[in-house]
Amino acid sequence: MAARESTAKKEREKRPAAGLVAAPAATAHTLDRLVHERLRLGILSALAVNESLTFNELKRLLDTTDGNLSVHARKLEEAGYVGCAKSFANRMPKTEYKLTAAGRRALERYLDHMEALIQATRDK
Amino acid sequence: MHACARKPPGFSSLCRKKYLKNPVSGGILMGMATPRPQPLELHAHAMDNLRYIRQTIERAGSFTAVPGLGGVLMGSTALAAAWAAGPAARGGRWVAVWMAEAILAAAIGVAGSAWKSHRAKLSLLSGPGRKFAAAFTPAMAAGALLTAVLFQHGMTALLPGLWLLLYGSAIVSGGSASVRVVPLMGFCFMAAGAAALLEPAAGCVLLGAGFAGLHILFGTIIAVKYGG
Repeated sequence: MAARESTAKKEREKRPAAGLVAAPAATAHTLDRLVHERLRLGILSALAVNESLTFNELKRLLDTTDGNLSVHARKLEEAGYVGCAKSFANRMPKTEYKLTAAGRRALERYLDHMEALIQATRDK
Repeated sequence: MHACARKPPGFSSLCRKKYLKNPVSGGILMGMATPRPQPLELHAHAMDNLRYIRQTIERAGSFTAVPGLGGVLMGSTALAAAWAAGPAARGGRWVAVWMAEAILAAAIGVAGSAWKSHRAKLSLLSGPGRKFAAAFTPAMAAGALLTAVLFQHGMTALLPGLWLLLYGSAIVSGGSASVRVVPLMGFCFMAAGAAALLEPAAGCVLLGAGFAGLHILFGTIIAVKYGG
Protein backbone atom coordinates (compact mmCIF):
# COMPACT_ATOMS: atom_id res chain seq x y z
CA MET A 1 0.00 0.00 0.00
CA ALA A 2 2.75 2.39 1.07
CA ALA A 3 4.82 1.38 -1.95
CA ARG A 4 1.88 2.10 -4.28
CA GLU A 5 1.40 5.53 -2.68
CA SER A 6 5.08 6.26 -3.07
CA THR A 7 5.01 5.28 -6.74
CA ALA A 8 1.93 7.40 -7.31
CA LYS A 9 3.62 10.33 -5.64
CA LYS A 10 6.68 9.96 -7.86
CA GLU A 11 4.43 9.84 -10.90
CA ARG A 12 2.70 13.02 -9.76
CA GLU A 13 6.03 14.79 -9.42
CA LYS A 14 7.06 13.78 -12.94
CA ARG A 15 3.85 15.22 -14.37
CA PRO A 16 3.46 18.95 -14.96
CA ALA A 17 1.95 20.88 -12.04
CA ALA A 18 -1.81 20.36 -11.92
CA GLY A 19 -3.98 23.06 -13.30
CA LEU A 20 -1.34 24.71 -15.44
CA VAL A 21 -1.98 25.69 -19.00
CA ALA A 22 0.65 24.24 -21.33
CA ALA A 23 3.61 26.60 -21.37
CA PRO A 24 5.88 27.54 -24.21
CA ALA A 25 8.11 24.50 -24.63
CA ALA A 26 11.39 26.20 -23.79
CA THR A 27 10.07 27.56 -20.51
CA ALA A 28 8.08 24.63 -19.26
CA HIS A 29 10.76 22.05 -19.93
CA THR A 30 13.52 24.02 -18.27
CA LEU A 31 11.57 24.60 -15.05
CA ASP A 32 13.36 22.93 -12.17
CA ARG A 33 10.68 20.61 -10.75
CA LEU A 34 12.68 20.20 -7.58
CA VAL A 35 12.46 23.93 -6.86
CA HIS A 36 8.92 24.32 -8.21
CA GLU A 37 7.31 22.56 -5.22
CA ARG A 38 5.97 25.16 -2.77
CA LEU A 39 7.66 24.03 0.44
CA ARG A 40 11.02 23.40 -1.22
CA LEU A 41 10.77 26.86 -2.77
CA GLY A 42 10.14 28.24 0.72
CA ILE A 43 13.16 26.43 2.16
CA LEU A 44 15.44 27.79 -0.56
CA SER A 45 14.04 31.32 -0.25
CA ALA A 46 14.45 31.36 3.52
CA LEU A 47 18.00 30.06 3.31
CA ALA A 48 18.85 32.59 0.61
CA VAL A 49 18.61 35.45 3.12
CA ASN A 50 20.11 33.64 6.10
CA GLU A 51 23.55 32.18 6.45
CA SER A 52 21.99 29.10 8.05
CA LEU A 53 18.72 28.08 9.67
CA THR A 54 17.99 25.26 12.07
CA PHE A 55 15.30 22.67 11.43
CA ASN A 56 13.06 24.24 14.07
CA GLU A 57 13.53 27.75 12.69
CA LEU A 58 12.55 26.55 9.21
CA LYS A 59 9.59 24.64 10.60
CA ARG A 60 8.31 27.72 12.44
CA LEU A 61 8.97 30.00 9.50
CA LEU A 62 7.26 27.83 6.91
CA ASP A 63 4.52 26.72 9.28
CA THR A 64 4.83 23.05 8.44
CA THR A 65 5.21 19.70 10.16
CA ASP A 66 8.39 17.82 11.09
CA GLY A 67 7.70 15.04 8.60
CA ASN A 68 6.87 17.31 5.71
CA LEU A 69 9.90 19.51 6.25
CA SER A 70 12.34 16.64 6.66
CA VAL A 71 11.12 14.94 3.46
CA HIS A 72 11.48 18.08 1.35
CA ALA A 73 14.74 19.16 2.97
CA ARG A 74 16.19 15.74 2.24
CA LYS A 75 15.25 16.03 -1.42
CA LEU A 76 17.05 19.36 -1.64
CA GLU A 77 19.98 17.89 0.22
CA GLU A 78 20.18 14.93 -2.17
CA ALA A 79 20.16 17.33 -5.10
CA GLY A 80 23.04 19.25 -3.52
CA TYR A 81 20.97 22.42 -3.16
CA VAL A 82 21.27 22.62 0.62
CA GLY A 83 23.91 21.45 3.04
CA CYS A 84 22.93 19.84 6.31
CA ALA A 85 25.02 19.72 9.48
CA LYS A 86 23.93 17.74 12.52
CA SER A 87 25.27 18.50 15.95
CA PHE A 88 24.26 18.61 19.61
CA ALA A 89 23.43 21.75 21.56
CA ASN A 90 22.88 21.19 25.28
CA ARG A 91 22.58 17.47 24.56
CA MET A 92 19.75 18.16 22.14
CA PRO A 93 20.17 17.23 18.48
CA LYS A 94 20.43 20.26 16.24
CA THR A 95 20.08 20.15 12.46
CA GLU A 96 21.31 23.16 10.58
CA TYR A 97 20.72 23.87 6.90
CA LYS A 98 22.71 26.08 4.57
CA LEU A 99 22.14 27.02 0.95
CA THR A 100 24.88 25.72 -1.34
CA ALA A 101 26.17 27.54 -4.40
CA ALA A 102 24.24 25.11 -6.60
CA GLY A 103 21.08 25.81 -4.60
CA ARG A 104 21.52 29.56 -4.97
CA ARG A 105 22.04 29.16 -8.70
CA ALA A 106 18.94 26.95 -8.96
CA LEU A 107 16.83 29.52 -7.10
CA GLU A 108 18.14 32.35 -9.29
CA ARG A 109 17.45 30.30 -12.41
CA TYR A 110 13.93 29.60 -11.18
CA LEU A 111 13.33 33.30 -10.44
CA ASP A 112 14.56 34.16 -13.94
CA HIS A 113 12.10 31.66 -15.40
CA MET A 114 9.20 33.07 -13.44
CA GLU A 115 10.10 36.62 -14.45
CA ALA A 116 10.49 35.56 -18.08
CA LEU A 117 7.05 33.96 -18.00
CA ILE A 118 5.44 37.11 -16.63
CA GLN A 119 7.35 39.26 -19.12
CA ALA A 120 6.27 37.04 -22.00
CA THR A 121 2.64 37.42 -20.95
CA ARG A 122 2.97 41.20 -20.73
CA ASP A 123 4.57 41.40 -24.16
CA LYS A 124 1.62 39.60 -25.77
CA MET B 1 -24.91 17.24 -22.06
CA HIS B 2 -28.41 16.12 -21.18
CA ALA B 3 -29.35 12.77 -22.67
CA CYS B 4 -32.62 14.02 -24.10
CA ALA B 5 -31.41 17.43 -25.20
CA ARG B 6 -30.65 16.56 -28.81
CA LYS B 7 -33.11 13.69 -29.11
CA PRO B 8 -31.52 11.68 -31.90
CA PRO B 9 -33.83 9.76 -34.24
CA GLY B 10 -35.47 6.90 -32.38
CA PHE B 11 -34.53 8.23 -28.94
CA SER B 12 -38.07 8.52 -27.62
CA SER B 13 -38.84 5.03 -28.83
CA LEU B 14 -35.78 3.73 -26.93
CA CYS B 15 -37.15 5.35 -23.78
CA ARG B 16 -40.56 3.93 -24.39
CA LYS B 17 -39.13 0.45 -24.84
CA LYS B 18 -37.25 0.81 -21.52
CA TYR B 19 -33.74 0.61 -22.96
CA LEU B 20 -33.15 3.98 -21.29
CA LYS B 21 -35.36 3.98 -18.21
CA ASN B 22 -34.84 7.51 -16.89
CA PRO B 23 -34.36 9.96 -19.74
CA VAL B 24 -35.17 13.03 -17.60
CA SER B 25 -32.47 12.87 -14.91
CA GLY B 26 -29.75 12.01 -17.41
CA GLY B 27 -28.07 9.52 -15.03
CA ILE B 28 -24.62 8.42 -16.13
CA LEU B 29 -24.45 10.81 -19.05
CA MET B 30 -24.97 13.81 -16.76
CA GLY B 31 -22.20 12.59 -14.44
CA MET B 32 -19.78 12.36 -17.34
CA ALA B 33 -20.41 15.95 -18.27
CA THR B 34 -19.06 17.43 -14.97
CA PRO B 35 -17.00 20.44 -15.97
CA ARG B 36 -13.30 20.58 -15.00
CA PRO B 37 -12.06 23.42 -12.84
CA GLN B 38 -10.69 26.34 -14.80
CA PRO B 39 -6.94 25.85 -15.37
CA LEU B 40 -4.66 28.39 -13.75
CA GLU B 41 -2.81 30.57 -16.20
CA LEU B 42 0.93 29.91 -16.08
CA HIS B 43 1.82 33.57 -15.67
CA ALA B 44 -0.62 33.87 -12.74
CA HIS B 45 1.05 30.86 -11.16
CA ALA B 46 4.45 32.49 -11.77
CA MET B 47 3.31 35.71 -10.10
CA ASP B 48 1.89 33.75 -7.19
CA ASN B 49 5.20 31.94 -6.77
CA LEU B 50 7.19 35.17 -6.90
CA ARG B 51 4.86 36.65 -4.29
CA TYR B 52 5.39 33.59 -2.10
CA ILE B 53 9.18 33.85 -2.46
CA ARG B 54 9.10 37.55 -1.56
CA GLN B 55 6.91 36.91 1.51
CA THR B 56 9.13 34.06 2.68
CA ILE B 57 12.26 36.17 2.25
CA GLU B 58 10.66 39.04 4.15
CA ARG B 59 9.60 36.74 6.98
CA ALA B 60 12.93 34.92 7.09
CA GLY B 61 15.21 37.92 6.85
CA SER B 62 15.60 40.22 9.79
CA PHE B 63 15.99 43.85 8.86
CA THR B 64 19.69 43.59 8.11
CA ALA B 65 19.55 46.85 6.19
CA VAL B 66 20.27 48.65 9.50
CA PRO B 67 23.50 50.25 8.34
CA GLY B 68 26.64 49.37 10.29
CA LEU B 69 28.93 51.69 8.34
CA GLY B 70 26.23 54.36 8.49
CA GLY B 71 26.22 53.91 12.28
CA VAL B 72 29.98 54.44 12.42
CA LEU B 73 29.59 57.59 10.33
CA MET B 74 26.74 58.81 12.56
CA GLY B 75 28.97 58.23 15.58
CA SER B 76 31.75 60.25 13.99
CA THR B 77 29.47 63.21 13.25
CA ALA B 78 28.07 62.95 16.81
CA LEU B 79 31.64 63.21 18.12
CA ALA B 80 32.13 66.36 16.08
CA ALA B 81 28.76 67.72 17.30
CA ALA B 82 29.66 67.03 20.94
CA TRP B 83 32.88 68.98 20.45
CA ALA B 84 31.11 71.83 18.64
CA ALA B 85 28.19 72.08 21.10
CA GLY B 86 30.37 72.29 24.17
CA PRO B 87 30.20 70.66 27.60
CA ALA B 88 27.09 72.40 29.00
CA ALA B 89 23.52 71.70 27.90
CA ARG B 90 22.27 75.26 27.69
CA GLY B 91 21.43 77.94 25.18
CA GLY B 92 19.96 77.99 21.71
CA ARG B 93 23.31 77.31 20.06
CA TRP B 94 23.78 74.02 21.92
CA VAL B 95 20.31 72.86 20.89
CA ALA B 96 20.84 74.05 17.30
CA VAL B 97 24.09 72.08 16.98
CA TRP B 98 22.44 68.89 18.18
CA MET B 99 19.37 69.47 16.00
CA ALA B 100 21.63 69.83 12.97
CA GLU B 101 23.41 66.66 14.04
CA ALA B 102 20.06 64.85 14.34
CA ILE B 103 19.09 65.86 10.80
CA LEU B 104 22.51 64.87 9.44
CA ALA B 105 22.40 61.53 11.30
CA ALA B 106 18.89 60.82 9.97
CA ALA B 107 20.07 61.50 6.42
CA ILE B 108 23.09 59.21 6.91
CA GLY B 109 20.86 56.52 8.40
CA VAL B 110 18.35 56.59 5.52
CA ALA B 111 21.11 56.72 2.88
CA GLY B 112 23.01 53.89 4.59
CA SER B 113 19.88 51.73 4.82
CA ALA B 114 19.02 52.39 1.18
CA TRP B 115 22.56 51.51 0.09
CA LYS B 116 22.60 48.31 2.12
CA SER B 117 19.13 47.27 0.92
CA HIS B 118 20.16 47.97 -2.66
CA ARG B 119 23.24 45.78 -2.23
CA ALA B 120 21.08 42.98 -0.86
CA LYS B 121 18.68 43.46 -3.82
CA LEU B 122 15.83 44.18 -1.39
CA SER B 123 13.47 47.10 -1.29
CA LEU B 124 14.04 49.57 1.56
CA LEU B 125 10.27 49.63 2.05
CA SER B 126 9.91 45.86 2.10
CA GLY B 127 7.97 44.25 4.98
CA PRO B 128 10.76 44.40 7.59
CA GLY B 129 11.73 47.91 6.49
CA ARG B 130 8.19 49.18 6.91
CA LYS B 131 7.89 47.47 10.29
CA PHE B 132 11.16 49.01 11.44
CA ALA B 133 10.08 52.50 10.35
CA ALA B 134 6.62 52.11 11.91
CA ALA B 135 8.10 51.04 15.25
CA PHE B 136 10.94 53.57 15.17
CA THR B 137 8.96 56.72 14.33
CA PRO B 138 6.56 57.20 17.31
CA ALA B 139 9.27 57.52 19.95
CA MET B 140 11.20 59.89 17.70
CA ALA B 141 8.10 62.04 17.15
CA ALA B 142 7.50 62.14 20.90
CA GLY B 143 11.14 63.16 21.37
CA ALA B 144 10.77 66.04 18.90
CA LEU B 145 7.65 67.32 20.68
CA LEU B 146 9.19 67.05 24.15
CA THR B 147 12.33 68.80 22.92
CA ALA B 148 10.29 71.80 21.81
CA VAL B 149 8.37 71.89 25.11
CA LEU B 150 11.42 71.50 27.36
CA PHE B 151 13.35 74.08 25.35
CA GLN B 152 10.49 76.57 25.70
CA HIS B 153 10.52 76.06 29.46
CA GLY B 154 14.29 76.38 29.67
CA MET B 155 14.78 72.79 30.83
CA THR B 156 17.55 71.98 28.36
CA ALA B 157 19.55 70.12 31.01
CA LEU B 158 17.06 67.28 30.69
CA LEU B 159 17.41 67.05 26.92
CA PRO B 160 20.47 64.73 26.75
CA GLY B 161 18.77 62.12 28.92
CA LEU B 162 15.49 62.49 27.07
CA TRP B 163 17.11 62.14 23.64
CA LEU B 164 19.16 59.11 24.64
CA LEU B 165 16.19 57.42 26.30
CA LEU B 166 13.74 57.98 23.45
CA TYR B 167 16.26 57.20 20.71
CA GLY B 168 17.09 53.99 22.57
CA SER B 169 13.44 53.02 22.93
CA ALA B 170 12.88 53.76 19.22
CA ILE B 171 15.75 51.43 18.33
CA VAL B 172 14.52 48.71 20.70
CA SER B 173 11.04 48.87 19.14
CA GLY B 174 12.27 49.04 15.57
CA GLY B 175 14.97 46.46 16.15
CA SER B 176 12.66 43.90 17.74
CA ALA B 177 12.27 42.38 14.26
CA SER B 178 15.95 42.77 13.47
CA VAL B 179 19.21 41.05 14.32
CA ARG B 180 19.81 40.79 18.07
CA VAL B 181 22.54 43.37 18.21
CA VAL B 182 20.16 46.17 17.15
CA PRO B 183 17.80 46.00 20.17
CA LEU B 184 20.86 45.49 22.37
CA MET B 185 22.22 48.80 21.08
CA GLY B 186 18.83 50.35 21.89
CA PHE B 187 18.97 49.09 25.47
CA CYS B 188 22.45 50.59 25.88
CA PHE B 189 21.13 53.96 24.67
CA MET B 190 18.24 53.67 27.13
CA ALA B 191 20.63 52.92 29.98
CA ALA B 192 22.74 55.95 29.06
CA GLY B 193 19.57 58.05 28.89
CA ALA B 194 18.40 56.87 32.30
CA ALA B 195 21.80 57.72 33.77
CA ALA B 196 21.70 61.16 32.15
CA LEU B 197 18.23 61.86 33.54
CA LEU B 198 19.26 60.75 37.02
CA GLU B 199 22.46 62.80 36.85
CA PRO B 200 21.76 65.80 34.58
CA ALA B 201 25.20 67.28 35.30
CA ALA B 202 26.78 64.41 33.37
CA GLY B 203 24.18 64.67 30.59
CA CYS B 204 26.43 66.20 27.94
CA VAL B 205 29.22 63.71 28.53
CA LEU B 206 26.77 60.82 28.33
CA LEU B 207 25.16 62.35 25.24
CA GLY B 208 28.50 62.50 23.44
CA ALA B 209 29.58 59.09 24.70
CA GLY B 210 26.23 57.58 23.77
CA PHE B 211 25.67 58.98 20.32
CA ALA B 212 29.33 58.78 19.33
CA GLY B 213 30.63 55.77 21.25
CA LEU B 214 27.63 53.44 21.03
CA HIS B 215 27.06 54.21 17.33
CA ILE B 216 30.69 53.54 16.48
CA LEU B 217 30.85 50.37 18.63
CA PHE B 218 27.61 48.77 17.45
CA GLY B 219 28.01 50.12 13.92
CA THR B 220 31.32 48.28 13.66
CA ILE B 221 29.76 45.06 14.97
CA ILE B 222 26.86 45.31 12.48
CA ALA B 223 29.20 46.19 9.61
CA VAL B 224 31.50 43.25 10.33
CA LYS B 225 28.86 40.64 11.13
CA TYR B 226 25.94 41.68 8.94
CA GLY B 227 27.51 42.86 5.74
CA GLY B 228 28.09 46.60 5.83
